[in-house]
Amino acid sequence: MIGIDLAYWQSTGIKVAVVLGIIPAGALIFGYVFLLKMMSHMQSRLGPMEAGFHGSLQLVADGLKFLQKEDIFPAKADRFVFGIAPLVVLMSTFLLYVVIPAGPDLIVEDLDTGIFFAMAVSSLSVLGILMAGWASANKYSLIGALRAAGQLIAYELPLILAVVGVIVQAGTMSMQGIVMAQADGEIFGIGAIGNPYLFTQFFGFVIFLIAAQAELTQAPFDMPVAESELVAGYMTEYTGFRFLFFFMAEFGTAFAFAAIGATLFLGGWYVPGVEGDLANLLGPFVLFAKIMAVAFLIFWIRFSYPRLREDQLQTLAWKYLIPLSLLNIAATGILKVAL
Amino acid sequence: MELPGLLKGLGVTFRAMLKPAVTVQYPHVKEAPPARARGVIALKEENCTVCMLCARQCPDWCIYIEGYKDKAPPRREGGKARTVQKLDRFDIDYSLCMYCGICVEVCPFDALFWSPEYEYSEAKIADLLHDKEKLGEWMESVPEPLPLEVGALAPKKAAK
Repeated sequence: MIGIDLAYWQSTGIKVAVVLGIIPAGALIFGYVFLLKMMSHMQSRLGPMEAGFHGSLQLVADGLKFLQKEDIFPAKADRFVFGIAPLVVLMSTFLLYVVIPAGPDLIVEDLDTGIFFAMAVSSLSVLGILMAGWASANKYSLIGALRAAGQLIAYELPLILAVVGVIVQAGTMSMQGIVMAQADGEIFGIGAIGNPYLFTQFFGFVIFLIAAQAELTQAPFDMPVAESELVAGYMTEYTGFRFLFFFMAEFGTAFAFAAIGATLFLGGWYVPGVEGDLANLLGPFVLFAKIMAVAFLIFWIRFSYPRLREDQLQTLAWKYLIPLSLLNIAATGILKVAL
Repeated sequence: MELPGLLKGLGVTFRAMLKPAVTVQYPHVKEAPPARARGVIALKEENCTVCMLCARQCPDWCIYIEGYKDKAPPRREGGKARTVQKLDRFDIDYSLCMYCGICVEVCPFDALFWSPEYEYSEAKIADLLHDKEKLGEWMESVPEPLPLEVGALAPKKAAK
């Protein structure tokens, strides 16, 4: 729809630059709006107020501080694995952005199996976390990494099964296809606002949020980094920019998961009545607003609930979320055929 | 059932978020401490008799006292000159002080007082040792004693 033709290398260069910019920006926005400000106000305090307007540059200052720190390797660490583990985690975050659409043409690559790809690469971070925990030569790190592995594998299932309900209803795995299916959909014959799957897949949305919470290792599922038990889990031995990578990956992935949630259940970049070039222009802002709405839910839960016990975590996933999401798929399938 | 409790918890944090924060932005906004706040200890030098009770009761030994004997004019005409104790040195090391107030409590001649002043931080820790001149300056900030409660016994003897 945009009347400019770019060579493959040009468009690829632009896409890489945009994604490279979005991840730190998303991490900064989430870190500032939710971690620093929302959490502070939920605890009746103001949070950082000095660096920039209302402390808005606090995280930039923190990032600069991390860059200045010494890059320490523990004496018994496996240097190579220890060094690249944060990069593996960050890479999984980067790959997630490949399939997230921000407008009719604003997508890095509209894969036919888009959501499948996103779910697959999001599991790559487990490898990085296991590498970090093992290579640190520290028992806290190792326990944290194993907890993370157990948790991410357990919650991968309800996450994917919750998404399957959406895929069944949309009839496609492509992220753009899911957005268009919601835009063209109808609820009980009313098609004015399309059909955001939040309404028809409400249970899917709830399961997706809970599982995403665990995938992001946010409280109440933050046992892998539990400060009071494991210091900082697999991040214990990391300093400087490698720690910064973990931090960016954590919030960059939160941004990506909020974007996936917004795309699957809230209609993504689509807003009723906006078509064509205007959608390309407005899409990113609409998507951003929806991301913030989903992220608000995620962080609201994070700042309200205390940490679960390890067995409670596994019980919730295997005994409740997975059967419920299977029921959701069955119900969606029956309704899809019957209606 | 657990669910209502979980939702209630979300409501608590949400309402707390909408309420204004209780934080006071200290260097920009100053809160007046209450009159009996334990900010800093002031010394009324003329009341001190170098009895050392405060220094001996101090749990972390942050009071340093040195004194000497001196002669004071007699109370009545033709009387003998009185012997009094005077201060050479009265220092409180606020880097050690834990603000328990025992020295103020034990002082038998009302030479030590609490003042609500609290802004005396220093760049160098040695500067937190306040000598008797500086402790005397704090006397200006000591508030008048609060009025007694209705029906309380009148104090037996007015302070000197």
